[in-house]
Formats: sequence, C-alpha cells, structure tokens
Amino acid sequence: MTPPGGSHQRPRALLLALVLTCVTLVTLDRQGGDSSPVEPLRELAGEVVGPVEAAATTVAAPFTALPAWFRSRSSLRQDVAELEAENSQLRARLATSDFNRNRLAEYDRLTAAAQEAGTALVPARVVAMGPVQSFSRTVTIDAGSRAGVGPDMTVVNADGLVGRVLRVTRDTATVLLVLDADSVVGGRVGESMEVGFLRGRGVVGSDGRLDLELVDAAAVPAKGDVVVTWGSTGGAPYVAGVPVGQVTEVYASVRDSTTRAVIRPFVDFSALDLVGVVVASGTRSDRAVIEADGRLR
Amino acid sequence: MTGLHAGTALGAVAVALVLQVSVLSHLAWFGVAPDLCLLVVVAAGLSRGPTSGMLVGFAAGLALDLVPPADHLAGRWALALVLAGYVAGRVRPAGNVGLPVTLGTVAVCSLVATSVFALSGLVLGDLDLGVPGLLQVVLISVLLDVALAALVVPWLTRLLSVGEPERVMA
Repeated sequence: MTPPGGSHQRPRALLLALVLTCVTLVTLDRQGGDSSPVEPLRELAGEVVGPVEAAATTVAAPFTALPAWFRSRSSLRQDVAELEAENSQLRARLATSDFNRNRLAEYDRLTAAAQEAGTALVPARVVAMGPVQSFSRTVTIDAGSRAGVGPDMTVVNADGLVGRVLRVTRDTATVLLVLDADSVVGGRVGESMEVGFLRGRGVVGSDGRLDLELVDAAAVPAKGDVVVTWGSTGGAPYVAGVPVGQVTEVYASVRDSTTRAVIRPFVDFSALDLVGVVVASGTRSDRAVIEADGRLR
Repeated sequence: MTGLHAGTALGAVAVALVLQVSVLSHLAWFGVAPDLCLLVVVAAGLSRGPTSGMLVGFAAGLALDLVPPADHLAGRWALALVLAGYVAGRVRPAGNVGLPVTLGTVAVCSLVATSVFALSGLVLGDLDLGVPGLLQVVLISVLLDVALAALVVPWLTRLLSVGEPERVMA
C-alpha cells in the first residue's frame, strides 16, 4: 500500500494537506454565514441521507424503544454486551403491539394538542438525534418541504413546545430543540401574563432545564406557574400560547435587577418520537394534516 | 489503498453514520452516544496505517459535519477524525492487533477527537457549554467508545484488512 521508504514522508504530507483542508472548510463556513458555500453540500447530504435515516429508524424502532424500559444510570453503566443480550431476550417478549398501542395513543394526544392550540399540524417522527459530543441539541424529523414544512416553523408534541425548524430538505427537516444553548424563546408566565426570555442550557435528559429571565424584575413567578410561548409576528419562529414548562425554582438578582426562574419543560426530550410541525391551515402536504378542529385532511 | 479497500471503508463509514444518528442515539448515556464513526476510523488506522486512517477519518468527519441533524461549522469533525486516524495509524503494531492495544488506541483516539472537536468549538465561538460540562462529556464519550470498541473494532479491523494477508495471518 505505502511504497517502500515513503511510509514516513507521505503520511506527514497527507496529514498537513487534510488538516489544511479542514481549516479551509471551517473558515469558508464561518465567513459565509447563512449563504455559506457549504450550505448546498449540507442540503445535498440531507437529501441523500435523510430518507436512509428515516428507514433505519423505522427498522430499528422496536429495538430502540427498549432502553426506555431500562433507562437508569446503573443499568447503562454495565457494558453494552450485557445490554444487547438483554435486548435480544426481551425482543421476543416485548410484543410490538404494545409499541403500536403507544404510538396510536400519541397520535390521539397530538390531535388533541392541535385542537387546543387552534393550529394545523403536520405529524412527523424523530429519525435522528445529534449526540452531545457535537454540543448542539438538534434532531432530524421525517417531514420536509414536500410535507409543507419550512424553516422557522414551530415544532410541538402532545406535551408542549419542542423547538423550531432550522432547515429543510425534501423529506427531512432539522429541528433546534428549545434546550439548545443557542435557543431563545419568548415566554409568558400564564398566571401573571408577565413576559420574558427562555434560554436553553444545552443539557438533554431528565435534568434538562430552561432559564426564564423576566423583563419586569418586580414580577416574581411562583413555583408551579406554567410558562407558555409569547409568540412572534406571523407565528414564526414560534406561535403563541404553546405550553413550555413549569417553574421549579426562582432566583432574584438585585445587582442587574432581573428575576431568573428555572423551568422544567413538559416535553421529555430524551424520549422524543412523534412531533407536529405547526403549519398554516390548508397547507398542501404529502401526508394527512391534523387540522385545527381535530380533523385529518 | 486500492478501490476495493476504499469501497469497503466508505461502506463501513456510511453504515456507521446512519446507525450512529438513528439507532445509537437512543442508547445515549447522559445524552452522549458512542461514536461508531470514530471506531471505523480507528479500525482503518490500525489495520492499514496512517494514510488510510487519515483518509477514512476525513471522509467520516466530513459526513458527520454535513448530514442532518448536524448544525455546527463544517470541517470540525473532519479535523478531529483526521487526527484520530493519524494517531491510530501510528500506533499500528507489527503483529496482529491484540485487544488491549485496540482498546488503548480507541481510548486515546476518542480523547483526541472529542477534545479537538470541543476545543475547535471553543476557539470559534461555536460552543456554549462551560468547561466542566465539556470535560464530563469528553470523559463519558471515551468510556462509551471503549465499551463499544470491545465488541466492534476487532471485527472491523478484520473486515478492513481483507487483502492484506501478512497482517491477518501474523
């Protein structure tokens, strides 16, 4: 493979070349911003790999649903070999009927959510989740431009706000979760109608929390108050009145005269599956759209 | 690297990539999923040397940078995995690759790759996590990668070193 005598020279040169390529790529992407020359490549990768991700998720769904039954720190600490042995044992026992019944119940609740919010929803499934190693909390869903989904649309599930659409391909869309450290959502405390900003902490899982900073420092939210979205002009990127979470702790800072509350989101982000993308009523879509009156169209 | 080897390696990267984002993300621990792509890169380096390691690393990293749901500056994973591939290729022992050597290499490469990715994020301002959180993520990912490597890497090394009989037989 490597020519005799060249084994010390070539790898160094190649290493340098590849590292420089990477640095160039990062620079191009950084300077370009939204119109970066890397964006078409990203779109292409999404078009090609998106459907494969969706197919892989469908095939693996009965298996990937299993960890929810075992999800505890001690059991996950055991090595993967043991987990896989358990998986294969339980694979037979856990009839897929259970799984399908859960999914049906989820659809029912999503229909109810559409009715409550008075909006039309495009149902979609989460087909890929970015690992924490990438330090951004994003997921891929299996609905894209053909389903009527576009950038800056609100994504909800039966429990509440999930996030917003960042970019779409024909069959998939990338969703920024509200838990991402880059995510800022306008929030309103349901009790007092006080407004503020919800920021993610970049942590997913059972300890995923949002920070609410209220504009009016005199308003102190109570523990247990429900926070809903405040809404933006034209409903993009967030429509108004979607439940986000509940206040668990409140801190007042005298120095910069703001009140900070910690919000526990209603949505369980570690077990995200069926979501709905809020679209305008009557949107053309490649699948049944849940209309505001709960009808499927 | 002949066409057959390149094809096998790229196929392994593609399968690893899809499994990683669609299936392994459900097995995440504290949100950290084992990095299957890194394991393919390490296997390529261990079985075929630094040149292969780096090329496979670049391909796998580029794919991780572009395929949804990635939302960071493109080139960061590519850089991290090129370095991991180089390190793995340099470690390549003279005889057959034993399990302890494999696991040690995976641990080092995982540490290098995740740290390079995290540090590039810090330098470029593409990262909003504090340093303590970052350290925790790096350590957990090393643990998970080593655990998965025990199962996958010996098998992958054999797959990728097909056609190089003196190493398989040694």
